[in-house]
Amino acid sequence: MTRRTGLFAIVAAIVAVASLQAQVTFERILHADREPQNWLSYSGTPLNQRYSPLTQINTANAKNLELQWIWQARSLEKFEATALVVDGVLYTVQAPNDVVALDAETGRPFWTTTYAPAPEARTCCGRVNRGLAILGDTLYMGTIDAHLVALDAKTGEILWNKEVASAKDRYSITMSPLVVKDKVIIGTAGGDGPIRGQIAAFDAKTGKELWRFYTIPGPGEPGNDTWSGNSWMTGGVGVWNAGAYDAETNLAFFGTGNPAPDWDGRSRLGDNLYSDSVVALDVDTGKLKWHYQFTPHDELDYDSTQVPVLADIQFRGKPRKVMLWANRNGLMYVLDRVSGEFLHGRAYVKVNWADGFDSKGRVQRVPGMVPSKAGTVIRPHVHGATNWAPPSFSPRTGLYYVAHFENSSTVAVEGEFPRANGINPRQTTMGQINLQNFLNNEDEAYGVVRAYDPSTLEPKWEYKMADITWAGVLSSAGDVVFSGGKEGYFLALDARTGALLWKAALGGQVNAGPMSYSVNGKQYVTIAAGNSLFAFALRGDAK
Amino acid sequence: MGGFVLFALFAFCISHFDLRASAQHETASDIEDGGRVFRQSCANCHGPDGNEIPGIDLGRGIFKTAKSDEDLVRIIQKGVPGTPMPATNMSDEQAKRVVAYLRSTAATRASATAVGDVARGKALFEGKGGCLKCHRANGVGSRIGPDLTRIGQQRRSADLERSLIDPAAEVLPTGRFYRVVTKDGATVTGRLLNIDTYTVQMIDMQEQLRSFSKTNLKESGFIPSPMPSFKSTFNTQELADVVSYLVSLKGRPTP
Repeated sequence: MTRRTGLFAIVAAIVAVASLQAQVTFERILHADREPQNWLSYSGTPLNQRYSPLTQINTANAKNLELQWIWQARSLEKFEATALVVDGVLYTVQAPNDVVALDAETGRPFWTTTYAPAPEARTCCGRVNRGLAILGDTLYMGTIDAHLVALDAKTGEILWNKEVASAKDRYSITMSPLVVKDKVIIGTAGGDGPIRGQIAAFDAKTGKELWRFYTIPGPGEPGNDTWSGNSWMTGGVGVWNAGAYDAETNLAFFGTGNPAPDWDGRSRLGDNLYSDSVVALDVDTGKLKWHYQFTPHDELDYDSTQVPVLADIQFRGKPRKVMLWANRNGLMYVLDRVSGEFLHGRAYVKVNWADGFDSKGRVQRVPGMVPSKAGTVIRPHVHGATNWAPPSFSPRTGLYYVAHFENSSTVAVEGEFPRANGINPRQTTMGQINLQNFLNNEDEAYGVVRAYDPSTLEPKWEYKMADITWAGVLSSAGDVVFSGGKEGYFLALDARTGALLWKAALGGQVNAGPMSYSVNGKQYVTIAAGNSLFAFALRGDAK
Repeated sequence: MGGFVLFALFAFCISHFDLRASAQHETASDIEDGGRVFRQSCANCHGPDGNEIPGIDLGRGIFKTAKSDEDLVRIIQKGVPGTPMPATNMSDEQAKRVVAYLRSTAATRASATAVGDVARGKALFEGKGGCLKCHRANGVGSRIGPDLTRIGQQRRSADLERSLIDPAAEVLPTGRFYRVVTKDGATVTGRLLNIDTYTVQMIDMQEQLRSFSKTNLKESGFIPSPMPSFKSTFNTQELADVVSYLVSLKGRPTP
């Protein structure tokens, strides 16, 4: 062997290994758009744009999409997880907390690790999980008994298992963790009950706790006086959806949940900081850099746990680093993500509880639009205009895509519970929305995918559905927008016009966000519906 | 009258089949099934050898109160009030299989007479034995062979000793090795993770998760486990030390 051929062999060997399953460094996660074949975090990159740079599936050929494989979860829970794909291996969660590694090309299993949550684990709205995070060779999962678990990505072996908060005290975890540098950051759900919400960072290697931020300030801390009496101790404010990370400011952003008790604020007078807010935390210290509260003193269960979408846009003629937020409360926001400044806000569905913003961006309440003994018709519905499903932003079209719904509900305070229209007068039906009351009027309640201009928040197009939607949205460089709805259809829409390009009936509700990846040059798009994960790609001979 | 005959016939059938069922002896697969249930439901407290609760050694027939198989079945089903032994929802048949498994284990106790030393065993495992070249324990070592981090919770000392002396005697489904030759001539071997009519999934010798479509393969098939016998590598004391170390592997501590 000559020196040159020897060198070639070494380089070839390195390339061959690199094309296989290499370590997922944080640099790779941060710049995941440079390796569009992979999907390395919940919404693609820590900016949460849920945008795939892949172009094989485009507006001209999406009509040729065809089912490649189905993976059926052995679980009757809602399938809310977005999968990760790393160099041909797909990782997802079988609810509540089993982790599986599948061949991304065939859907066949490499391994399954079962995790039995503690019997005392309680969740408000389903024993669900929204997905994993990865760093190096290690996967991370939050569990419904409020643990953070690290698993070997090659074998599924559990490396460490750390209690984040006590399940006995009604804490749980349903969100995908956020990996930043050498840390795994996760929040606690359970905020419809008497918890005190938390966001905590752990050493990715050892599981050692590094810092903890309480979503309700303690005595002596700024904001504690926004809770009357001792209500701060049990004021809820869970954190149950994916956070975002901005490397330039080293800030992690998380949406926070409603204050508890949900529909009766008499025991917790005040703004109830930091409920229904976005909090910007310094990743190294966990210190609060800024916050913005979407719904002060909420009595309508308007959690702000939507997925923050970070984008760089032209706003009123200037480049701005913004955060886009279609909120459960029916209002859509543009915030400056460096300072937290409120830049713009408007209603994106029919809203009757709020009437604009003051000069500082504080929402203006409409008097009387609170739960009452007789019942108050509130818009949007108690489940919101959107709830937790992840939206999308396409840097190509410059549009912000949100799947949401138009609806209203009658909220009557009877103790702490709103009055439902269904058979149980004591509770609403979380996780299910009943449109039967409105079936005689198709404009009263419907689901819709809309594209918004993020600088004006004006809708550019819409695609309406008869029933509401809890589906997320994916956009792609092929200018295709993927979404779905409660009816069980998976949709491909033209990202510039909203025209329907293709649809598939999957036979079960879509309660998750789509994602895309490629293996051996073939682009796949997946969606969970019912209890299964479906993978689509172009027909073999289609171009 | 017709109804009575039918009833009598029906009653006869029930008692007849009942007699047959109760007279049946446990088969090897019953015992294997009992072992599986034991490892899943009992070994967490009793240990894989059944001897981790003071005063009880299930594998040697040493019990606190049980005098007969029927007593054992009752205890398995109803638990022991006032102790951590809980009731289970096992059927008679399942509980009997667990008992059959326990009765069978006495014949297959570890033969090593020496008392093992965990620290010495760890040193042999990592040094002279070279076990980490294929196995992983507590995050150290290779993923090619099965991970041994919790092996002490999963396997009896007798099984571990046998695997060290005669690794081919029993290969668990998680320890089977497979070889494929692709149509373009590449040979890949590894530990088999899944196989079906059309595809094969394995972790290869470079610890990569690999999946193959059988239509792209020229050859494929099981190969012997690369696990060598340590019969001549370790003396009796060393063997006991390594087994003791393996028995001590019961998962990682919580951070």
